[in-house]
Amino acid sequence: MRELAAWGVPWSRIQQGDREVIINSQKVTITERAEAQGLVAQRDFGGTKKWRTCYVSDGTGHAMLQTVSDQAIGASIPVHERTEAIALIHDGSRCYGAIVRNLITGELVAYVAKATAIATGGAGRIYRVTTNAVICEGIGTAIALETGVATLGNMEAVQFHPTGIFPAGILVTEGCRGDGGLLRDVDGHRFMPDYEPEKKELASRDVVSRRMEEHIGKGKGVQSRFGEHLWLDITLLGERHIKHNLREVYEICQHFMGVDPVKDWIPVRPAQHYTMGGVRTDHTGESATLKGLFAAGEAACWDMHGFNRLGGNSVAETVVAGMIVGEFIADYCDRPENEVDVPMGLVHGFLRTEQAKIDALINGRGSESGDAIRQRMQEIMTSKVGIFRRGEDLASAVEELQQLLVKSRNIGLRYKVRGANPELVTAYRVQKMLKLALCVAYGAHTRTESRGAHFRQDFPRRNDAEWLKRTLATWKGDDTLPTLAYEPLDIGRMELPPGWRGYGAKDYIDHPDTPKRAAEVEALKQQLAGQSRFAVQEALLPYAAKLPKSLQGRNERIDEMFTNEAAK
Amino acid sequence: MTDTAVQAAHTADAAPVAHRRLRFNILRYNPQDTGSVPRMQTYELEEADGMTLFIALNEIKEKQDPSLQYDFVCRAGICGSCGMLINGRPTLACRTLTKNLDAEITLAPLPFFELIGDLSVDTGKWMRGMSERLEGWLHAKGPEPDLRRLEERMDPAVADQVYELDRCIECGCCVAGCGTARMREDFVGAVGLNRVARFKIDPRDRRSDEDYYEVIGDDDGVFGCMSMLACHDVCPKNLPLATQIAFMRRKMVAIGWKK
Ligand SMILES: Cc1cc2nc3c(=O)[nH]c(=O)nc-3n(C[C@H](O)[C@H](O)[C@H](O)COP(=O)(O)OP(=O)(O)OC[C@H]3O[C@@H](n4cnc5c(N)ncnc54)[C@H](O)[C@@H]3O)c2cc1C
Repeated sequence: MRELAAWGVPWSRIQQGDREVIINSQKVTITERAEAQGLVAQRDFGGTKKWRTCYVSDGTGHAMLQTVSDQAIGASIPVHERTEAIALIHDGSRCYGAIVRNLITGELVAYVAKATAIATGGAGRIYRVTTNAVICEGIGTAIALETGVATLGNMEAVQFHPTGIFPAGILVTEGCRGDGGLLRDVDGHRFMPDYEPEKKELASRDVVSRRMEEHIGKGKGVQSRFGEHLWLDITLLGERHIKHNLREVYEICQHFMGVDPVKDWIPVRPAQHYTMGGVRTDHTGESATLKGLFAAGEAACWDMHGFNRLGGNSVAETVVAGMIVGEFIADYCDRPENEVDVPMGLVHGFLRTEQAKIDALINGRGSESGDAIRQRMQEIMTSKVGIFRRGEDLASAVEELQQLLVKSRNIGLRYKVRGANPELVTAYRVQKMLKLALCVAYGAHTRTESRGAHFRQDFPRRNDAEWLKRTLATWKGDDTLPTLAYEPLDIGRMELPPGWRGYGAKDYIDHPDTPKRAAEVEALKQQLAGQSRFAVQEALLPYAAKLPKSLQGRNERIDEMFTNEAAK
Repeated sequence: MTDTAVQAAHTADAAPVAHRRLRFNILRYNPQDTGSVPRMQTYELEEADGMTLFIALNEIKEKQDPSLQYDFVCRAGICGSCGMLINGRPTLACRTLTKNLDAEITLAPLPFFELIGDLSVDTGKWMRGMSERLEGWLHAKGPEPDLRRLEERMDPAVADQVYELDRCIECGCCVAGCGTARMREDFVGAVGLNRVARFKIDPRDRRSDEDYYEVIGDDDGVFGCMSMLACHDVCPKNLPLATQIAFMRRKMVAIGWKK
């Protein structure tokens, strides 16, 4: 955050003195101390107890992106816009770059590299209803999968956000509920207190999403031409608050629905929101199985999130991973043993193969429609691999997705142009997206427990004894299913052995190692009582040595100011 | 909302409503395709509740014409990719509801930018060039800070002011609507002048008014603006462009006098 501040992000800053905030629908006065004046402010976000989310007014992500882009221009870093990686060049153990298609001219180019990084975001568009941008199709993740060597981790872990506007799926912020907005059903009844008497609308994302779907399932949804929805009522917050603190929500309602949230209720329904899974990496961001391939951001499974994700953690991950993984990539490229003699035959081979696939789509006699296959895939994912998952639905989803995958090998184009051609793009992308959809659906079917955002109605309990492990998916050749393997997690090294996570029912099956580690952690904490938090951290879970050298030191904080010696 | 209103909203949603037949006249041209010539093509479509141009164009592409080119990314009004001329006015297509338009709708690509095909233009290339010319990045004061130490403090009100100008999404609507840009192809546009104003009020930037004069103190910069201010009217983010241009002009005139 400090680096971004130095680069120009206009972080919202602390104003000393009193201010009013809303906590749990109550107005509360907070007093900021004078020493904090002008430092980067942190707020409450996404249900965490500690206020720790830095923000830029109502446009954090945009401001971060703008600044990083500015600095890239300042450093003369070229950005090749409108180009898309469609395959990775590799020999089964090392990655040598990517085959990239120019979306304007249709030309294929081989980018040859010592290190290749995938930072292509999530895969929300495998679902029909999603808050994600149109470009979040997971193609970067899919080309890693298609190497047959790199693994994808935890693809069945998909987060749903409670308040996508209906039917477009555009997100309205959690802040609506945080500030006191209510959820209502077809009768205008506020239903969340019936299910979650304590936290009501402020229960965690996955809980609220499930309750909403459950309530719709009971026939309490509002019927419309596009299906059923519920209402988000923020009218009680008043015009000033809505137009000022929730400006973006006001604009979205006005522009996308013609609804005035000062007077009217907003139609909402949960929508796919975040892809926790992705290219499995180690702490340096490198794939454990394909050397020279790195991943960062939403496309990666870098273990920042597990099976759920807290609000604010993702844009933080993009810049933190950018810093850490970027440093490791630079180190990797500098090491003499990573010098490459680029096998040009291999590069040409990949180029020819990819060109042949595109030619086959353009010249072939396929009869299937890429758009139709894509729509069906999205429909299946939203209706059968969504918030509530059941064995039989998942089995039928896996079955039909496999049929679609087979069909997708026989797509025909009506528009046979090589350059900019939206129909061609849909055709080759849907072939890849189906593989990701199958990783999600098959992984969800196989995982017979509930964990985080993955909720199995037929196996509602978290089962650490059998499932405290990471799903790893690989894809072999022309298979129609991924190959799944599972990597156990080592509880013996955890700082926070799996327990009750502070939300949902306290109903789960413990792993046999958990009590032992929990006791160990407790004993260590007692033994080190009175020592600094750094000493405790070092004893419970040392991590400094895993960071790049330049990032290993401590950070100064307002309550932990450096003395002049420590600063050196 | 009262109970009757709930009921009304409920029935309005469920009752079959007669929908309009929309006619889209779209300017088609694919410079990549040597056989292509610019032409208007018409598509018809039944309107749906809550239909935006994002929904309408996707339906046309999926059901009628797979070759139609246009750009959408976030489809939520925050990325600036879908600027186009809608009945002659530059604006964002994703957040334009068809119900606010007549049944006959004319769509054309944003002028001024390099055409990729049909409704798709290369704003990115132009924005990059503009940013390179204006050096549109923070020029930090002093050496790189030690990131382990507390960050430099900033007045919260100033941070908010900087953010207000940083809200620009570089959609290109201001330039597409600009009279000067039509005559001077190197004009930096309201987007460029706003960018400079943003760094000018940022206390972290070391540049002086003289430095800014170097990049915008001419007719391709702030003196090229004819104050017709279409930019201000069309800006989808309601940025205070008129005020920013006037502000920069005053500052630059003062420098110009000194020279
Ligand atoms: C509506 C919404 C609200 C959110 N709000 C928050 C929030 O408040 N806090 C928070 O922490 N997180 C939030 N998130 C999540 C967060 O925004 C994302 O996780 C994050 O932006 C992902 O960043 P990224 O850099 O990994 O990927 P992206 O920002 O998705 O960037 C990926 C880039 O890769 C490009 N690309 C894709 N495929 C290819 C290819 N094959 N070849 C070349 N390029 C490719 C894309 O065009 C894109 O430019 C939100 C997400 C959404 C959708």
